[in-house]
Parts: sequence; C-alpha cells; structure tokens
Amino acid sequence: MAEPLALKDHTWETRIFFRRIVVGFGVLVVLTLFLVARFFHLQIVQHDVYATLSDKNRIQVQSLPPIRGLIYDRNGELLADNSPSFNLTITPERVDDMPQTLARLAEILELSDEKIEAFRKRLKRRQRPFESVPLRFKLSPGEIARFSVDRHALPGVEVEARLVRNYPRGELMTHAVGSVRRINESDARRLDPVAYSGTDHVGTIGVERYYESDLLGTVGYQQVEIDARGRVMKILESDLPVPGMDIVLHVDSSLQQAASDALGDRRGTLVAIEPATGGILAMVSKPGYDPNLFVTGIDHATYASLRDSPDVPLFNRALQGQYEPGSTIKPVIGLAGLVTGMTNAQYTIDDPGWFRLPNNDRLYRDWNWTTSGSGGHGQVNLEKAIYRSCNVYFYNLAVEMGIDRIGNYLALFGFGVNTALDLPEAKRGLLPTREWKEDTRGLPWYPGDTVNVSIGQGDMLVTPLQLATAVTVIANRGRWVAPRMLKSGSDLLERSTVPQMDSIELIPDRVWDLIIGAMEKVVHRGNQVYGENGTAWAYIGQDIPYRMAGKSGTSQVVAIRQGEEYSEEELDERERKHAWFVAFAPVEKPEIALAVLVENGGGGSAVAAPVARAVIDHHLLKNTAAGGRVIAATEQ
Amino acid sequence: MSQDFVRRLPGSGLVMQRKAGIGDAVHLDMSMVLLLLAISAYGLLILYSAVGQQTAPVLSQGIKILAGLGAMVVIAQIPPISYMRLAPWMFLVTLILLVMVYIFGVEVKGSRRWLRIPGVISFQPSEIMKLVLPLTLAWYFHDRHLPPRARYVFWSLVVIAIPVIMIAMQPDLGTSVIIAASGLFVLLLVGVSWWFVFSAIGLAVVSAPALWFVLRDYQRQRILALLDPERDPLGAGWNIIQSKTAIGSGGLFGKGLFEGTQSHLDFLPESQTDFIVAVLGEELGLAGVFALLVLYLLLTGRGVVLSLRAQDTFGRLLSGSIMFTFFVYVFVNMGMVSGVLPVVGVPLPLVSHGGTSILTLFAGFGILMSIHTHRRITL
Repeated sequence: MAEPLALKDHTWETRIFFRRIVVGFGVLVVLTLFLVARFFHLQIVQHDVYATLSDKNRIQVQSLPPIRGLIYDRNGELLADNSPSFNLTITPERVDDMPQTLARLAEILELSDEKIEAFRKRLKRRQRPFESVPLRFKLSPGEIARFSVDRHALPGVEVEARLVRNYPRGELMTHAVGSVRRINESDARRLDPVAYSGTDHVGTIGVERYYESDLLGTVGYQQVEIDARGRVMKILESDLPVPGMDIVLHVDSSLQQAASDALGDRRGTLVAIEPATGGILAMVSKPGYDPNLFVTGIDHATYASLRDSPDVPLFNRALQGQYEPGSTIKPVIGLAGLVTGMTNAQYTIDDPGWFRLPNNDRLYRDWNWTTSGSGGHGQVNLEKAIYRSCNVYFYNLAVEMGIDRIGNYLALFGFGVNTALDLPEAKRGLLPTREWKEDTRGLPWYPGDTVNVSIGQGDMLVTPLQLATAVTVIANRGRWVAPRMLKSGSDLLERSTVPQMDSIELIPDRVWDLIIGAMEKVVHRGNQVYGENGTAWAYIGQDIPYRMAGKSGTSQVVAIRQGEEYSEEELDERERKHAWFVAFAPVEKPEIALAVLVENGGGGSAVAAPVARAVIDHHLLKNTAAGGRVIAATEQ
Repeated sequence: MSQDFVRRLPGSGLVMQRKAGIGDAVHLDMSMVLLLLAISAYGLLILYSAVGQQTAPVLSQGIKILAGLGAMVVIAQIPPISYMRLAPWMFLVTLILLVMVYIFGVEVKGSRRWLRIPGVISFQPSEIMKLVLPLTLAWYFHDRHLPPRARYVFWSLVVIAIPVIMIAMQPDLGTSVIIAASGLFVLLLVGVSWWFVFSAIGLAVVSAPALWFVLRDYQRQRILALLDPERDPLGAGWNIIQSKTAIGSGGLFGKGLFEGTQSHLDFLPESQTDFIVAVLGEELGLAGVFALLVLYLLLTGRGVVLSLRAQDTFGRLLSGSIMFTFFVYVFVNMGMVSGVLPVVGVPLPLVSHGGTSILTLFAGFGILMSIHTHRRITL
C-alpha cells in the first residue's frame, strides 16, 4: 500500500500542543494543590498528634526480641532453653566522649582490645539511631556492682538483661542439637536486619541451624516516648514479640547418655535410628565440646585449643566423618548377589584364604589368612560368608557382578547421597563408579577396584549416619525412612530439599530372611567348633536376652578429613584400624538400628560390638523413662 | 518582565510571540534565572539547618549550584539545531554507557549505578539519560506528521522502554520512573489520542499487581511500608514515621529555623538528601512548604510559557517534556516524604544535598533557554 501523503499540519500541531500543555499544566496545579492538602492535613489537622509525639519528648521505636523456641527430647526433657544474661550496652548518641568512656569502663571491668574492636564492628552494623550496642556480654555480679557505683559518670551506658541460649546437658547433646553463636559480620550480611534486630544469636550448627526460622520467632517493637536523657517516659504503642516455636526431637537423652558412657573416652561415634520413623534416637560424636562456650562468646585461646586439637572435638564424626565401611556392607553386597542371580543360598566356594584375579599375580587375602591353621574359611556359602565375614566369597561374587551392578544396589541403600532431612552438615560419602574414577584420576576402573569395594575398602566412603540408615532399611526389609531429628513442632521438615529415596521393592522375603538370618548369626551363632561361631558371638552374644542382627567391620585408616596434622608420637595409635559394628534389634520387630565406630579401636566385633550391645540393652531393657517398651529378661 | 502578547496569525492556530528581552543577548531567560536563584538560595538555607549549621556542606552545595549555572549558560549558547542533530548519537552512546554499567559498574549498597574511570571521573549514565531520552524522542517526531501513526508510537515506546528497564534493573526505581515520565510526556505532547493515553493508564493499573513479582524485596518493603508504616516500624516504615512526625509537629509556622528537634537529634534519616522537606516542614511549617511549592509552580509555569513560544516541533516537545519532568521530581519527592508515595529515592530538585542531579537539572534549563533564545522568526 502506498504511503499516504503525510504533510506536517502545523496549524493542527500547534493547537493540539497548546491544548496538551494547558491540560498538563492544569493537572500539575491540581497535584500541587493535592500536596498542599497533604501537608495541611499533616501540619494543621494532625498537628496536635505529631506535636505531642515530638515536642517535649521524642518518639523512638525499640525492638523487642522474641524468645527463642525451646528444644525438647522425645521424653520432654529440655535440651535447649534460654537463661538471663547481663550485658553492658552503649547508646552512642548519649555518649559525649567515646574514647574516654571506654577507658573509664576498662578500669572497672575486664575489657580487652579484642572486645573493643568487636564493639566497634557492631557499632558500624547498627540499623537505627538511638539503638544501644552491646559492649560486654555476661557481666559478673561483681562487675555489675562496680559499674553501678560509677554509673552517674557514664551517660549512655546501661546494663541490660537479655535471654540467651542455654544448653542444660552441655557437651552430651552438642553434636545432636547443634548450637547458636553470636551474630558476626558475615552472618549480619546474610540475615534480615529487621527480623534480627534485638537478637544477638543465630543458629549455625545442626538442628539450631536447620530450624532457625521457626526457632527465632517474630520480633516485636514498641513506640516509646523518651526524654532528652533517653529514659522511657511512656509506651505509646507496642506489638509484642511472638516467641519461636518449640520443637521436639526424636533423640532420647538417656539413650544418648548410655551411648556416650559406652564409648567412654575413646574417639568414636554412634548413630541410633528408630526404624519405624527414621527418627534419630541418639547421635554421639566423641570427643565433643560444651556448646554453652559459644553462646556468650568464646575467647581466642579456648577456641584455638578446640580447633587445633588432634581429636577434632568440633567435628561431628556422625555426619561429617567419611570412613571406609569395611565389612559392614557385606550384607548389602550379598543381597545384590542374590537378587541379580549371581549367587544363591546353596552356592558354595572353597576358601583357601586368598583370592587372585585371572592373569594377575596380586593376592587378595582373607582376614584370617595368617591366623587360621588351614588358611581361609573352608567351605563357605553366603550365610557363612556373612557371619564369618569371609572376604574371598565376596571377592568372587563382586568380580562376577561387576562394579556397575554393585553400585546400583549400594545406591538403593542411600550410599553416595545425603538423605538426612534436617541435618545440613551431613556429608554424602563416596560411592565410586567408573565415571567418578575417570573424572578424578583419569584412570579406567580395574577389576581390583571392584574387589576392594566388595569388602568396603578402597575408594568407598560412608558417614556413620549413612551406615545406620542402610541398616535401618535392612531392618525395615526395604522400606525407606529418611533419617531425621525432628519429631514434631515445625513444618520445615516437609520442606527439606534432600533427595527423597524410594523404598526397595520386589525383593522376595526369602532374600531378606537369608540376609537378616545371617546377620542374626553374627551375634547369636555360638558354641560351635573353632571358626564356626558368629564373629561377634564371643564378645556380646552369649547372654543376650533378645534377638539382635549385626555385622562387624574393621576398616583401614583414612586420615580424618579435616586436614589436621598429627604429631609423630601419636602416629602409631592413630594408624590402627577403625572398629565398626552395625546392628538392629529385636529382629522380629526392630525398634532400634544403629552404627558404631570406634576410631583406631581395632577389631569391630571385639571393640565396637559391646558398645552397640550396651546401647541396645539400654533401649530395650532399661529405658523405662522413655515410657517405651520394656522387654522383660524373662522372655528369653 | 518583558511584554507578552498573543498574536493570531492568519490561517494558523495560536502562536505566542513577544519582543526580544534583555536576556536574549546572552541567550538566557531572566525571569527563569531569577526563579532558579531564588529556589537555590532557599534550598541552601534549609540545607544549612539540616546539616546542623555547618558551612562546609553548604559551601560544597553552593559550588555545585554555581557549576550547574555555568553549565546552563554554556548549554544555552549552543543553538537547538545542534542538539537535534546529535540526539540519536547521544542516545546510542548513553545506551552503551548503560550496558557498561551493567558489566563494569561499581556496586554501592546493592545496586549498580555508577561508572568509574579511576582517577578521572565517576558518574551515573542514567543521569544523562534523563535529558537524552526526551531529546531523542523530540528528534524522532520532529519531521513526522502529527498525530503520529500507531507504529511510530510503538517504536517510541520501545525507545522509552529500553533505558527504563535497564535502569530499573540496576536497580534504581526512582530514576527509571523519572526517565519513563520524561519520555511519556513527549508522547502526550505529540498528540496521541486521549483514548490511547487513558487505556495505557488503565493497562498500567491493571498490570501493577504483576509488577509486584519483579520488584526486589526491599522495594516491596517500601511499598508495604507506605500502605502501613506501623507494619514494619523498625525497617522500611521507620523513615516514613519519622518524617511524618517531623512535618506534622511543624504546624503552620514551624518551630523556627534551626529549632527542629526531630531532624537535629538524628531521628530523621536522610534529612539532608531525599528527606530534606521534613526539615523544612518541621522548622518553617506549612508556610515554608507552601512558599517552596509556589516557587516551584512559578518556575514550571514560566517553563510552560517558554515551551508554548517555541517555534518548531522539536523545541516544543523538548521544552514541554523538560518542564513536566521537573515537576515530577517535586511531586514524587514531596509525596514520598509526606507518606503518600513509596520511598523511591528521588531528590528534591535544587534543594537536596549531594547533587548528582543538579548538573542534569541545570543542563535541562540550559536547553530550554537555548530553544527560547535562538529564534528563526523574529517579529
């Protein structure tokens, strides 16, 4: 279509421009009148209201920090509450000479340069004018008394009572509950300044961290009139803070205590899970530390000694420790062999005590190769391979199956992923695959690698929590329950972003019967000829009043993954093998499943199994406080 | 004041003409210069009170105003035809600068607005865009038949949207609002039909809820704070509560110059920059605010008269847009300080301290005077 002739029509243009300008200016006058009306409303109509607020007294908004939610164990025992602490705070606007005030304060109470520096940093982060900034936390009664004497000479300095986190069970629960710490600069950058105004602490580890948004509560405020000296004259309006939600954990303090006692002074860890729910009944990592130290600010020397200790007390072994699982994974490998048809209940090998891959000189030895007179375990079927922990049987089976199938079955039990719903620190471990080895080492997967994986050595790494979870799945005969700390009180659990696992289905009952039966024999098969008893029977199985299924493991040492350097004298002790034991009980209707690790403890059956027994005994036999079931000893 | 009169030319519409005034020789409009000086002086007085009667900030602001006046005089000497020729190129260069802000920009308080050439200069390209956008649109419509066809309107909307969106993403909501206004005023003045204008406004109102989802969290807080300051009195609502208290307590004649309590006891944040009206309202009361509004209205009115006298489309569109945009500053700033508009960070023109925008403002007035004093027809 041809463009119609578009001559400029100056007359029209000028007229329309004139009209638009006039209309525009008219709107502008109306808007000006609107502003005048608005200011008239504020300054004349509402003048009295604002004049009262402003004239003699000044209006100020103060935040009212909420009370942090409490944490209970499953029996209603308090694991975390709040207790008063007296802080010294300064309102900079009311201080005439800050250096002089600080110097004067340093004379009457302990005030290191470090603390002054921290105070200056907090001062910079301050949100609003006339907001007081803490200088010292946790004043002693003596310090409060000395300050009161000099108070008249120190305008702008106040003693404020604040509620701070308190962990009544101290070190016992620290790795299970986590802890809060005082908000530091990097916290301040990521936290909402309004939600945290007036709050000094934030949950940074464990349950305290995961449930932070529910535990925190909602900040309140009050509008107050203050006089020129900063004293509150009248509360004009207030909105009370909403306390944080109280939450209840699955953890059982008395069981935690029993586990802690059973581990004693050894370095190690224990995770116990309730198979019906996935709830974590106990989670101990030793050594631990007193979380209360961190609440009111830990001094550099104490922190350094915790951080630099070769025993790494700050490290939660149950979640962050990644270890070779050793023979504890044999039941899973055996199950994979049965399901894939690579072996069956009857298939038997003759174990000479060693294994050799075709066309390879290297010998893979069984654990009793040197001690057994005949060498090896003789005639071994799958059941015996589990209760005697025969390596050679699994070497053969693993080479038959290949790493891909083994990996698929291990993955079904949660290895190589973190499945803990509300434990943000939990590590994933490592489930080695062909691709993983190609990517990280640039090497192909060798059959020898598969041989190592079959007995939980080599590249495979698990956390104690993962191992306890896998045992829980066995106890549940394939029904998946994700491990969790929370029993009730928050809906953040449902919003967890960890991968959701499926239950393992279509595995025939006879397969579970065989695997669980073999694990039962690890504990209960006794009074046989030499070399025919379950590996743990001699240590725990002789007088046990219920049926327990278990599996021992002994893994070669990998240095704890925190980059700590150990001193020479300690090398020997720390090169000893780690002792593992996994178990669940009662076999007929499992109520507890657990994994125990004693670092550098030696043999799993001798060292770790008694810890497992003590904890399960406590849970099933003594734990009346829990209101839980008590299995009478007479049942046996 | 020069003698103004209206002459009806045969066969044409209303064209206003006038005698040559005393300012024409130096290409300035004297009544406008006087009004600018009056507002600036008033502003310096308020600032002197707002900073607690220190002279240093007032001096630095005074120097900025003088520099602005100087720039205005220089810009007024250049004939408007040069600005028209350069307009599309300036637009391109400014767009490139905005892209560079996105890539190399310096982040201050979570937004990326500044371009810094170390040791040489640092500036906000969005400030330049405040003038370049109306220039470009005036150039675009200058030779076209008006009212423009729909597709020209469409393309001009695209030209407006590009810088507005880029600046809103920095994020700098205040400046992007100002720039959008400066572009849309040109469209209003080229005579797009009222039907179009009102349906656009209607569309904007309807789609406003959708905008909610693209706003940053702090921007949402500010809007919520406007609707209910008590909702969040510790955070976003704080400024509004405090500035309303300051203004309201001022009453009819105020507490007296330098006698404000709210602003001087540090209760009032930003009292020297965006919230300076609260100081004025508290110390000089409604009378002081009213006087300032009258000065602004006179200045805008004078600008409107100048734009009516412009002789070509380019000059008319540009000067009209500059004057209306100037008023948007005033309205948005006073609206937000008095709690009827959300806090978007728009300074009060010629009064707020720290004038990155002072230079832009005076440059705009310079262009206005250039248009007015370089005349092709002299009667």
